[in-house]
Amino acid sequence: MAIKIKIEFLGGLDIISNSIREHKVTVPFEEGEATMKDLINWITKNIISDPKDIPVFIENETVRPGILVLINDTDWELEGMEDYVIEQGDVFTFTSTLHGG
Amino acid sequence: MPEIIQKKLKVSALCELCHARKAVMKRPKNLMKLCKECFYNVFETEIHNTIVSNNLFSPGDKIAIGASGGKDSTVLASVLKTLNERYNYGLHLVLLSIDEGIVGYRDDSLATVKRNQKQYNMPLEIVSYKDLYNWSMDEIVSCAGIRSSCTYCGVLRRQALDRGAEKLGINHVVTGHNADDVAETVLMNILRGDINRLESSTRILTDSDNSPVKRSKPFKYTYQKEIVLYAHYKKLDYFSTECTYAPEAFRGTARELLKGLESIRPSCIMDIIYSGEHLSLAPKKKKQTVAYKNKKRIEQEINQDGSVKLDTKPKTNKCEKCGYLSSNKICKACVLLQGLELNRAKVSLDSNSAIDGAAKLSKTLEGLSF
Repeated sequence: MAIKIKIEFLGGLDIISNSIREHKVTVPFEEGEATMKDLINWITKNIISDPKDIPVFIENETVRPGILVLINDTDWELEGMEDYVIEQGDVFTFTSTLHGG
Repeated sequence: MPEIIQKKLKVSALCELCHARKAVMKRPKNLMKLCKECFYNVFETEIHNTIVSNNLFSPGDKIAIGASGGKDSTVLASVLKTLNERYNYGLHLVLLSIDEGIVGYRDDSLATVKRNQKQYNMPLEIVSYKDLYNWSMDEIVSCAGIRSSCTYCGVLRRQALDRGAEKLGINHVVTGHNADDVAETVLMNILRGDINRLESSTRILTDSDNSPVKRSKPFKYTYQKEIVLYAHYKKLDYFSTECTYAPEAFRGTARELLKGLESIRPSCIMDIIYSGEHLSLAPKKKKQTVAYKNKKRIEQEINQDGSVKLDTKPKTNKCEKCGYLSSNKICKACVLLQGLELNRAKVSLDSNSAIDGAAKLSKTLEGLSF
């Protein structure tokens, strides 16, 4: 089975994904089993174009501090962070907060 | 009756203020969970309270918003417009942008500011380095190298903002510096032992003799995370690309450190600002010494590290070169630019003198005989 989701890289974070801000993808996970942790892992292997950019996104096996994560427009801190169970049609937004203002 | 296909919400998922809507964010300041509406309300009200309790503005003031097109200044323009209308501040708001002359970065962000001008219905003034100093950042970097780019840019921008404001007849510039920026600066000054800057880095309003223009930071207590969330939920039009030149390495490290600390203890940003505000520095020691020349007794300031400050203050407080207010004979911008001009000239001089030198040497050698 597969889950259809949308992944967005905003706030300048699209530099790690060939300047593509919006990715509509099908991930090869079983619904109800896959978590955010699996998704982050999948992103590093399938979306980040240059392996050198992985540390821009990941630190200590999770999303780097300074990157704001939203799941369906809700702060992922309210959704269980890495333990969130992925559902059909979810939208994941990663926004860098580190760029100059 | 059709079945309601909505997901059931747990009570713990509700907003902790209105208890009616689903919470969408957690405030780093106090870990409160809020819905969009309550978040907007709290965010804007806190900034209003900061403005009022610090008496930042008076009715009728003309205020220039230092606008880069980035998230902070875009949110600042939007929030100030909202608050000005809601609370009748009576302010005249103007967008003031600096064009450093960085192709591929600033030209794109200025396009954002031009859209903001229409969106917020505010006048816009753009001041460029090229017009003011006859140097664009691209030219400076090609001459002085990429490593010192932030030093030049910082000094020149400060004066450019002042000059832009003066041109508009405005004596108050607000900037989008947020709580994270202030905490970062406090941390940096502690790490560098820069005590003079440490004292002034947490001030919300700086009003120095060095500048005819006041500066203030209405976002001093506003978290970067909330600014980004506000811009995201309100769908504000902002530009987010990192400057093409190397960021200041030391600041970058301080920022990483702070972000790491924040992920463990979100309140630490507020705590660092609080600590910075309440630091009071020991007064400098004064020592009686006898002057070398006429054996007069003089009082000299001695710093903690034993260094002394020589009294070389000029009588005027204007830069001898550009006439701009400065605590030194020549202002910092002029000193930097002078160095650049020398560098520019040196390239041709160096090669000439090398030829001259070589020719002179061979002539001298020819004239020699045993």
